[in-house]
Amino acid sequence: MKKNTLTQRLCAAPHVVWSAIFIVVPLIMVIYYAFTDKSGAFTLENISRLSDYTSTFLRSLWFGIVATIICLIIAYPLSYILSKMKLRAQSTMVMLVMIPMWMNFLLRTYAWMTLLEDSGVINNILSKIGIGPFHMINTSGAVILGMVYNFLPYMILPIYSVMTKLDNSLVEAAQDLGANKFHVIRDVIFPSTLSGVVSGVTMVFVPSVSTFYISQKLGGGSFALIGDIIEMQFQVSNNFNFGAALSFVLMILILICMAVMNKFGDTEEAGGVVA
Amino acid sequence: MIKKIFAVFFSMSVIALSCSASFSVAAKQIDAAKLRGTEINVYNWGEYISDGSEGTTDVNKEFEKETGIKVNYTTYDSNENMYNKIKGGGANYDIIIPSDYMIERMINEELLEKINFDNIPNYSNISPEYKNLYFDPKNEYSVPYNVGMVGLVYNTKMVKETPDSWSIMWDEQYKGQILMFNNSRDAFGIAQFLCGVSLNTNNSEDWEKAYEKLKEQKPLVQSYVMDDIFNKMEGGEAAIAAYYAGDCILMADNNPDLAFVYPKEGTNIFVDSICIPKGCQNKEAAELYINFLLREDIALANAEYLCYATPNKAVLENEDYSLRDNEMLYPDEEHTPPTEYFHNLDPEVLMLMTTLWDNLKIEGNNDRSVYIGLISFAAVSVAYFIYRTVRKKKRESMY
Repeated sequence: MKKNTLTQRLCAAPHVVWSAIFIVVPLIMVIYYAFTDKSGAFTLENISRLSDYTSTFLRSLWFGIVATIICLIIAYPLSYILSKMKLRAQSTMVMLVMIPMWMNFLLRTYAWMTLLEDSGVINNILSKIGIGPFHMINTSGAVILGMVYNFLPYMILPIYSVMTKLDNSLVEAAQDLGANKFHVIRDVIFPSTLSGVVSGVTMVFVPSVSTFYISQKLGGGSFALIGDIIEMQFQVSNNFNFGAALSFVLMILILICMAVMNKFGDTEEAGGVVA
Repeated sequence: MIKKIFAVFFSMSVIALSCSASFSVAAKQIDAAKLRGTEINVYNWGEYISDGSEGTTDVNKEFEKETGIKVNYTTYDSNENMYNKIKGGGANYDIIIPSDYMIERMINEELLEKINFDNIPNYSNISPEYKNLYFDPKNEYSVPYNVGMVGLVYNTKMVKETPDSWSIMWDEQYKGQILMFNNSRDAFGIAQFLCGVSLNTNNSEDWEKAYEKLKEQKPLVQSYVMDDIFNKMEGGEAAIAAYYAGDCILMADNNPDLAFVYPKEGTNIFVDSICIPKGCQNKEAAELYINFLLREDIALANAEYLCYATPNKAVLENEDYSLRDNEMLYPDEEHTPPTEYFHNLDPEVLMLMTTLWDNLKIEGNNDRSVYIGLISFAAVSVAYFIYRTVRKKKRESMY
């Protein structure tokens, strides 16, 4: 049906060239570095050394999953409520979600550090009321909080944009056919907003798994995530080859997770909307 | 229109100003006039030059005003970072300020350009004890900028005793109040002094021993920090930390409860020197810049602003220098701890150190809750997947 006319191809050319230079070439370089040693000879040593870091990989995955689930739990109802608001209120609310993203990500994380400290803002206020102090900084909870806070907008926005396009007549039809609220949500709303959920999950999960700054600042550098280890290889150890091997495996892990995720998406669609 | 006239007037007056300034510099060896309008790229540590805040001298602006050479100033936060950038060849710099061991490494790898000292008459300001240092024995590549030692900084409100040993950073009663370097070489250094081994040992057993020491300390450490230490120590968030003497003075300025001591086991001494890397595009201007940094008034401004010990004897003899009698920066012989410089490590030793450091960082990651969490997540996902498939099959059979 679709025919690539010459104009179409010409229009796409800059994008293709751009992706080739800044996506494909670096990827090839990562793979090249991962399988060579300092002198450039082929080696599998980098890959075999990875087994020492299994626990770190697992911890990163776990943190990523937890952060993503929390984001989803917060974002899904919020987007639904947002999409049901009056148009003006909607744009204000979306604006409020976006505003933090105008500020630098590092700065926002740094701010959390001062908030969460033992003698920080939150504990000061709590102790004034007579509760606490709580130890919050340098715990895994603080790291996950940092991830949720920083990446939440990436979950809200795609789900919200799908929600606004939701055809209300589908919901009415379901109600007419005798579906209760739970059934409406499970069989109509959720399946038809699934594409937003999938892209939201991707956009939160991928940066969460590979983050390094958040774990350094809010985790006190005491539990390194895989992003920290990769950063150290490039910045401190000057071991590009091992750093590339770590990144390569991380990429594959993320791809696997995404493939599983998409599998879920497919069955949902088949079970809900089509059948 | 008025704006335009103003702009023309303004630019003319700037030109006139810079012309008049150029005569004073032109009297020196380099023909500064022909460098006017050129640029130099300066690559320095963060927060490592007097930048004009709070009424201090803005060194770079002053240089631009006097010479008409534009300074492109960028910063790095570790020697290794800077080294990787220079080694990678991604950018050209005219001035860098690495520390001792890194200079040794860069000279070995031929990454530095020889400096023409004829163009730096102010080099005579440098104290003789900071000439011919081990990393540049013939004084060809480097000009000392700052000197410093690592010391122990502690909060007198939180620490009752007066510490005199690194071992206080291993003291159980300060659990969760200790800050440690987030920098492998410095962190290992402290453990090495405590174990009584050299900072530059080639013996892998010595490194393992220091690693065991750090591993023992990890549960007591609040966090591994670099520049965050300022906030945490000044705010009373932590009780004990190790850091560079100059920065400790800055901290003590902001929080009078902080005290500083050089532990008896000894400490690391470092010299940061100005160098010109290979690939420098404007060497004469770079030398002019080095000469400028050594000039008494500029070196004084830097010494006051940075609070590091200066190797510049013209500054030390200057009566206006407020820190000249500071015991922390210039301890008398009785209070000077044993010191040791970092030397460049062999690649194998460096590799061992970074691997051990990695291990220290991921130590304790074997948390059982992570495994339980991951397994239960996988179980829930699989169960959900099966449920979906069964439901779908059922529906299909219904139609």
